[in-house]
Amino acid sequence: MSKLFSAKTKEVFLGPLSKNNPIGVQVLGICSALAVTAKLEPAIVMGLSVTIIVAFSNVIISLLRNTIPNRIRIIVQLVVVAALVTVVSEFLKAFAYDVSVQLSVYIGLIITNCILMGRLEAFAMSNKPWESFVDGLGNGFGYAIVLIIVAFFRELLGSGSLYGIRVIPQAVYDAGYMNNGLMLMPPMALIIVACVIWVHRSKNKDLQEK
Amino acid sequence: MNKLRNLVDKIKPDFEKGGKFEKLHSVFDGFETFLFVPNTTSKRGTHIHDAVDSKRTMIMVVLALVPALLFGMYNVGYQHFMAIGQDAGFWATFWFGFLSVLPIVLVSYIVGLGIEFVVAQIKGHEIQEGFLVTGFLIPLIVPVDTPLWMIAVATAFAVIFAKEVFGGTGMNIFNVALITRAFLFFAYPSAMSGDKVWIRTQDTFGFGGGQVVDGFSGATPLGQIATSASPTIQITDMFGHQFSFMDAVTGFIPGSIGETSVIAIAIGAFLLLLTGVASWKTMLSVFAGGTLMALIFNHFGPDTAAANLPWYYHLVLGGFAFGAVFMATDPVTSSRTETGKWIYGFLIGVMAIVIRVLNPGYAEGMMLAILLMNIFAPLIDYYVVDANVKRRLKRAVNK
Repeated sequence: MSKLFSAKTKEVFLGPLSKNNPIGVQVLGICSALAVTAKLEPAIVMGLSVTIIVAFSNVIISLLRNTIPNRIRIIVQLVVVAALVTVVSEFLKAFAYDVSVQLSVYIGLIITNCILMGRLEAFAMSNKPWESFVDGLGNGFGYAIVLIIVAFFRELLGSGSLYGIRVIPQAVYDAGYMNNGLMLMPPMALIIVACVIWVHRSKNKDLQEK
Repeated sequence: MNKLRNLVDKIKPDFEKGGKFEKLHSVFDGFETFLFVPNTTSKRGTHIHDAVDSKRTMIMVVLALVPALLFGMYNVGYQHFMAIGQDAGFWATFWFGFLSVLPIVLVSYIVGLGIEFVVAQIKGHEIQEGFLVTGFLIPLIVPVDTPLWMIAVATAFAVIFAKEVFGGTGMNIFNVALITRAFLFFAYPSAMSGDKVWIRTQDTFGFGGGQVVDGFSGATPLGQIATSASPTIQITDMFGHQFSFMDAVTGFIPGSIGETSVIAIAIGAFLLLLTGVASWKTMLSVFAGGTLMALIFNHFGPDTAAANLPWYYHLVLGGFAFGAVFMATDPVTSSRTETGKWIYGFLIGVMAIVIRVLNPGYAEGMMLAILLMNIFAPLIDYYVVDANVKRRLKRAVNK
């Protein structure tokens, strides 16, 4: 057990959650963060899907890393990712059809998610399978956390509900309150992501550029 | 005035460094420079000193907006009493409009200035005067029935995200008042468009109540044109009487509070041009661009009501004149080079008409046209300066 969670592995897992967050700090995977965060449910499913795909593709690439010829490594990585994306996509269609309709093309587009290629190139190609797996989980969760925060505010203010359940009582609407339609549009997601980054950076002074 | 000066001098030490209200220094400073011309001067470099500082400039714009506001108040009352079929007389009409518009002005100023004050305290700089104009513009470009909390939310959003995050007054890319309106337009479309919001049919604080007359319809002229099914132009008041061109010029038509009267806007424009606050090049070229594009649509456009609308109607209906005079000429967000002003204004006019005519979803294109060109203003400036550099280089090399 001590070997499984050495200090380095712990750092590999916890780093992407905060100080090295793929969205907040590296600003990767923004496109899907804007597209799927209008509601909490698709955001959570998307976050989980990316986590699973990035973790397992990291493991597979890490296992293969010594046999992949350097010149075609991107193609090999893409094949592995594409296979996993297809599996996840079919799984969602079979067991969570409604969500997969809501996510529509964005599950397929996980292939082009910059976080995946980034982790495979930067980490899995030069690290052992277990650490690569942990790194994948960490980055996937880091991505999912930001997605969930953004989706929380967008669904609450844009639809007055959370996870599909109405949380703003009818009395508030009767008093003249209205849902904010702009929250459901991608521009507002960009501004909320910016706010998340703003808060994150003001809490972590070492992230600020001089 | 001397008494006031003495009072200000007396309490001044409290706000200096080490005084008991040290934290509120910028608040004090803001009020002092608002009341008196500051006697501090820049210490380094060469400067030209002029009586016109940004506070005086802003106040000129506010003064220029007063006719539009006063007329807007009267028109709010006028439309209201017409809708309930009463003749209330001049003062009651104005009083109704005053009561309806005043809360919007107050909310806009309290929220906007509140944020400015807080940010100034946090950052420790002086309170910037930019919101004086923005706060005055916001009430003029919204429908009278916009709920006050929406105006508060939109103002807060615009001041924080369109201005403070860019570094405050003078650093913003977009016109802050227009961002407020754009936020309202996209966030609460049902409160910002359609035919229910432009004329107040209920009473205001219990004043001017009454029953709405049968057959009432509160759509704006541009709204009627955008939703019109036939290619003939049919713009009518709430009872189906045809509007004349003069109605649109004087401004007795439904619309946002301050945008309806071309005459009131023209008085403001005259004041701005006389004092040199706004650029006549931008203003003129907006109208030129709008005229040209409307003429093109008149002759070659599709056979719809919006395309068939004569060019002189396009210039007086909706927010075209208001945008051209008060929004496009905003010195911060418009082009700064003289050639750039022509290009910038011309494209605003063109885009506004294109959006009006080709997109029935947006009855009014002025807001989007100005915001779009705000983005391009620095690019226009860049190429104007670049062209000038190239031209002079060529001249130098040829010799």
